[in-house]
Amino acid sequence: MKETLLDKVWAAHTVRELPNGSTQLLIGTHLIHEVTSPQAFGMLRDLGLKVKFPQRTFATVDHIVPTDEREEPFSDQLADEMIKALRANCREAGITFFDLPTGHQGIVHIVGPEQGITQPGTTIACGDSHTSTHGAFGAIAFGIGTSQVRDVLATQTMAIRKPKVRRINVDGKLSPGVYAKDVILHIIRRLGVNGGIGFAYEYGGSTFDAFTQEERMTVCNMSIEGGARVGYVNPDKTTFDYLQGRRYAPQGAAWEKALTRWSAFASDAGVAYDDVVGFHAGEIAPTVTWGINPGQAIFIDERVPRPEDLAEKDRATAAEALAHMKLTPGQPIKGVPVDVAFLGSCTNARLSDLTEVARYVKGRTVRAGVKAIVVPGSQGVATLAEKMGIAEIFRAAGFEWRGAGCSMCLGMNPDKLVGDQLCASSSNRNFKGRQGSPTGRTVLMSPLMVAAAAITGEIADAREVFSIS
Amino acid sequence: MALDKITQITGRGVYVPGDDTDTDRIIPARFMKCVTFDGLGEYAYYDERRADDGTDKSHPLNDPRFFGARFLLSGSNFGCGSSREHAPQALYRFGFRAVLAESFAEIFFGNSTTLGMPCAVMAAGDLRALAGLIEEDPALLITLDLLEGKVTAADVDFPATLPDHAREALVSGKWDAIADLLEGLPDVERVAATLPYFA
Ligand code: SF4
Repeated sequence: MKETLLDKVWAAHTVRELPNGSTQLLIGTHLIHEVTSPQAFGMLRDLGLKVKFPQRTFATVDHIVPTDEREEPFSDQLADEMIKALRANCREAGITFFDLPTGHQGIVHIVGPEQGITQPGTTIACGDSHTSTHGAFGAIAFGIGTSQVRDVLATQTMAIRKPKVRRINVDGKLSPGVYAKDVILHIIRRLGVNGGIGFAYEYGGSTFDAFTQEERMTVCNMSIEGGARVGYVNPDKTTFDYLQGRRYAPQGAAWEKALTRWSAFASDAGVAYDDVVGFHAGEIAPTVTWGINPGQAIFIDERVPRPEDLAEKDRATAAEALAHMKLTPGQPIKGVPVDVAFLGSCTNARLSDLTEVARYVKGRTVRAGVKAIVVPGSQGVATLAEKMGIAEIFRAAGFEWRGAGCSMCLGMNPDKLVGDQLCASSSNRNFKGRQGSPTGRTVLMSPLMVAAAAITGEIADAREVFSIS
Repeated sequence: MALDKITQITGRGVYVPGDDTDTDRIIPARFMKCVTFDGLGEYAYYDERRADDGTDKSHPLNDPRFFGARFLLSGSNFGCGSSREHAPQALYRFGFRAVLAESFAEIFFGNSTTLGMPCAVMAAGDLRALAGLIEEDPALLITLDLLEGKVTAADVDFPATLPDHAREALVSGKWDAIADLLEGLPDVERVAATLPYFA
């Protein structure tokens, strides 16, 4: 029988069926960070349990780390307590911790792939909903709650129900100035923020075949914004080339064996999916959000919708969104003034994102009055970007160049919006209050669009700002 | 690990209308700086309930008529956004024992079930009708019956359902999976041994 990658990975990791019909699934790789793990370690202690397979758990610190003053103790006492708790928990259990002094710290979803820990045909869980990012490697990866972090620590398994699979094809070539970020914003806009509930999204088609590994990560990252807990791309040569030589990737003879094994996990040609949806790359333009969920998005040359033009069920949320965003129905989104430009997050803070933007930013200047910050996704990315002169290009243009972490993606560290500032952001969520100020406003877009906003001081079409055609 | 069998919940309710209530709204990220879940209750819906200067805004949860409510009523796609268990924990510690909504985001639903806080789905019209009854009489007692799949208030029954697996887990006292998972440990070792990357 023909099977999807999900079927195959699921079968290989099924421990047993539980009485309530869910699967006890073996989690091959468990990633943890400081926010959702301390309570789990606490629960473990309360139950008198130990970490079952400490060698299959990897930790880093990302959400609360300051991106400017990184010396410890941190000025935020709670943040300091959290990093110390993670350090102590990892030491006690024998878990590898990519801590600040290691030079490998960063956002958990950037560190895993970078270290070669994220591999095809594996199951990956992390107490963080953007774990779907790792699906770009042909892994089944999903976010879990803290009680499940406890479950995975104690048993290396969790109870989970197998999702259905929706195949999403995108075919053709993206127009210049259109990026992977626009592809996923477009998919979410079309399928809705809860369109993916109960589904894993399998992304494919010629656009995905041509994507780099990092572009695939950008798309898989935001699967959860479309309601799908899991998003993946079948592994291919692009995946393998990315992994080869990385620290935790198999080496030598084991590498050859792994390639054969990994290739076999790809969905069989002609397999029947629970649902299939298709898009043409050519129909996608640079996309920005206008509202308070990632599905409230339009192309840069469109106008902010009027609630009365939307489907009845979307009107109330739209009205709430317009009020929060202080936008007028029917106004062009282009030209809306921007206070902050944030280039970072697990969606778009990898080396390729920064390199692409730096090409265009070189010789340009951030508009006076705009606070523009670049937060590399990991220390690894930061170091390479420094070496390649990319950091210097950003600095010269007037961007602040920061240390690695989640930063203004969710404002748990000192990087926060103030009052109702409007932020052009390369992150993944535009929920009310997401960037640290209850009245702060977030407009999601591709990294190059963030740069265009930084330079012009308003929401702008990067294709015009940088003469891309 | 013996857990309570959760078959029936009775208490008062409060309606917080709106669709797509995300977890950032249920508990803003800045309150997640903690190493235990204790004390999270006071931050539930914080930014909706408090102005910048810390004073109360008008919000159903600030309305004394609804203090002590055990049922939270809301719209569709409740709990979307992040996987943070801080969100259901905050609601639970605020005093809620069940959430009634048109639909739920998947991770939030699972996290809540694991806490023993049922998330039951009701039709939009029924939710509004129930909210109307509560508005008329905030002291009204509501009962969620998981076995019967209904909510009863003022002698009116409304269908209120959970997927079978979650309902079964709650009514049989197996809503926290850890006991089952520990039982499977011998099989865990066996399956792990078949995976090269586990070595
Ligand atoms: S960068 Fe943002 S979305 Fe990604 S893990 Fe950090 S906080 Fe979450």
